[in-house]
Amino acid sequence: MNTGGHNRDEMSQDLSGSVAKNFVIYVCMLIIAGLQFVVAYQHIDSSQMFLRMFLLAIVEAGLAVMFFMHMWMERRNFFVTVAVGLIFVLTMMNMIWSDSFRLLRFQLLK
Amino acid sequence: MSEANLTTMGGSHVMGAHAAGALEESPYRMPSKKLVMWLFIMSDAVTFAALLFAYGYLRNATPGWPRPFHFSPTVINAMVMTFVLVTSGFTMLIAMRAANLGNKAGALRWTFITVVAGIIFALLHIREWIGLIGEGLRLFQNPWGSGLFGAAFFTITGLHLSHVVGGVIALTVVALGYQRGRYDAGHIEIWGLYWHFVDIVWMFVVPFVYLLNIAH
Repeated sequence: MNTGGHNRDEMSQDLSGSVAKNFVIYVCMLIIAGLQFVVAYQHIDSSQMFLRMFLLAIVEAGLAVMFFMHMWMERRNFFVTVAVGLIFVLTMMNMIWSDSFRLLRFQLLK
Repeated sequence: MSEANLTTMGGSHVMGAHAAGALEESPYRMPSKKLVMWLFIMSDAVTFAALLFAYGYLRNATPGWPRPFHFSPTVINAMVMTFVLVTSGFTMLIAMRAANLGNKAGALRWTFITVVAGIIFALLHIREWIGLIGEGLRLFQNPWGSGLFGAAFFTITGLHLSHVVGGVIALTVVALGYQRGRYDAGHIEIWGLYWHFVDIVWMFVVPFVYLLNIAH
């Protein structure tokens, strides 16, 4: 990731460069997407299934952001701005789960 | 104190500040339109995340959440849609590359291939919706269990579908404008970013909305 200086030329080179690397990324993404379908038919409990699918989705999305959206060519401070902002908001959203489980227990008590 | 005196006293300072502002580098050393697209993508990512969290909340808190999807046709359809959308991300990347190389014909060809892939995705999605509606799935009722399932399913997949349709329209407009010389390679690049974002959202919609609701 670029720490400073002009990266437009580098990015142009990357955009203009061989498609071979991006084809490999594309195939990896297809394989990961395929693995999600395999996980869906494994005989495991829902939480394990969710965790495995979530991790695969994170890896797949990470590949797309870094290589297809060229985040790895952007300046590091831009990456930090995007990542910290999003991770903070998404982490805060996890506050809902306690209430979700409370509702579930409440219903079971009925 | 007169206006003339004010200008004389503070004029050079004010001019200096304005000149510095005008010559200031753009934030993160990227074009403003690209930064705006990234900001939109961040806000839209939070929108989709909020919807998926709300869906997770409902799914977790609702006993007897329906699991209506069978291998055929829903899972096969989701597989094909995923393949089409991920492939369209790759073709968009080739279009961006061609535009950056100044290969106008190549950029247009690959952008329109991406558009066609987006249309195929949308048609497959609509066909699936029609099938599910035919089975009795509605916004607030269905034959399988909690009525909230339909609301969650149609809201999340509908918002994604609207993004795909919006992307198809935007890419068509930008490609035609690029052909006429109204837009440049930078415009192809920023709408490529949008298209990749739509692709990324689908990577989370498929496992959570489809694959976790497969009938076993």
